[in-house]
Amino acid sequence: MTFELFLFYVFGAILLGAALAMITVRNPVHAALFLVLCFFTAAAIWLLAEAEFLAIVLVLVYVGAVMVLFLFVVMMLDINVAKLREGFTEYLPAGLVVAAAMATVLTLVITRYITMDAPERAGPEYANTLELGRILYTEYVYPFEIAAVILLVAIIAAIALTMRRRPDTKYIDPADQVKVRREDRVRLVSMESAPKEGKKKGE
Amino acid sequence: MITLSHFLVLAALLFSISVAGIFLNRKNVIVLLMCIELMLLSVNINFIAFAFFLQDLAGQVFVFFILTVAAAEAAIGLAILVLLFRNRGTINVQDLDAMKG
Repeated sequence: MTFELFLFYVFGAILLGAALAMITVRNPVHAALFLVLCFFTAAAIWLLAEAEFLAIVLVLVYVGAVMVLFLFVVMMLDINVAKLREGFTEYLPAGLVVAAAMATVLTLVITRYITMDAPERAGPEYANTLELGRILYTEYVYPFEIAAVILLVAIIAAIALTMRRRPDTKYIDPADQVKVRREDRVRLVSMESAPKEGKKKGE
Repeated sequence: MITLSHFLVLAALLFSISVAGIFLNRKNVIVLLMCIELMLLSVNINFIAFAFFLQDLAGQVFVFFILTVAAAEAAIGLAILVLLFRNRGTINVQDLDAMKG
C-alpha cells in the first residue's frame, strides 16, 4: 500500500464518519460543524486527485461562506429540537435498508465493471489554476458569465425574500432629509414685541 | 496504487449516507438542506475523479459550475427558510401543508 493510498483511506474514513455523525446528531449546530469537517476532508481528497484550485475553493466558498450562512440561520431560529426528532427511530429501518441497498448496488457495479489505473502524476511545473483559467476564460466563457448572472439573481432573490417593512421603527428617508428647504422648516411671522397695555390673552 | 473505483466507491457511500439522512431527518428542513449539500459533494467527487483519471479538465470546470449553483441554492433556500419561520413559527416539514387539497 502506497502512502497515497494510505492518505486516501484516512481521509475517506474521516469523511464517511463525519457524514454519519452529521445525519444522526441531535443538535443542528453540531450537524453543521460535522458538515464542515466533511468539506475539509473532501478538499484533501480532491488534492489527491490533482484538483488544487477546486480544493481551495471548496474550503473558501463552502466552509467560509455557505456553512457560516447555515450556522447563522441555525443559531438565529429558535428551534424546538425535540419535536423535530419525533419519528427518528420510526424511519431508521427504512432509511438503513434504502441506503444499504443503494450502496451495495453501486459498489458492486463500480468494482466489477470500472477499472482504470491512475495516470502519471503531473510534474512540479504543472499549474492547475493556470490550466483551469485558460479553458474557463476561452472555451467556457459564456457558461462562466451565466454563472455570474445566477449568483446575481441569488443575491437579489435572497435580499428580496427576507426584506420586510417594519412600521414601528423610527426611520427617516435620507432623500427627504436632503431635499428639505429652509421654507419647509422655518416660518417667519411679524408680531408685536411687547403685549398691549399689560393685557394678556389669557385674562 | 490508487484507482478510479476507490474514488467512485467513496462517492457512492457518501451519497447513500446522505439519502439515509434525508430519511432520518425528514422533519427538520435545515438538516435536509445539509443532506442535499452532502449529495452535491459526492457528485463533485465523481467529477473530480473522472477529470483526473481521464486527464480532462472539463470535469473540473463542471465542478466549478456545480459549486456556483449550489451556493446560490443554499442562499435562496435559507432565505425561504427564514421567511417560513417568520410567518409560521416552525420549520417542521409536517406543518407545511397549506397547499394540501
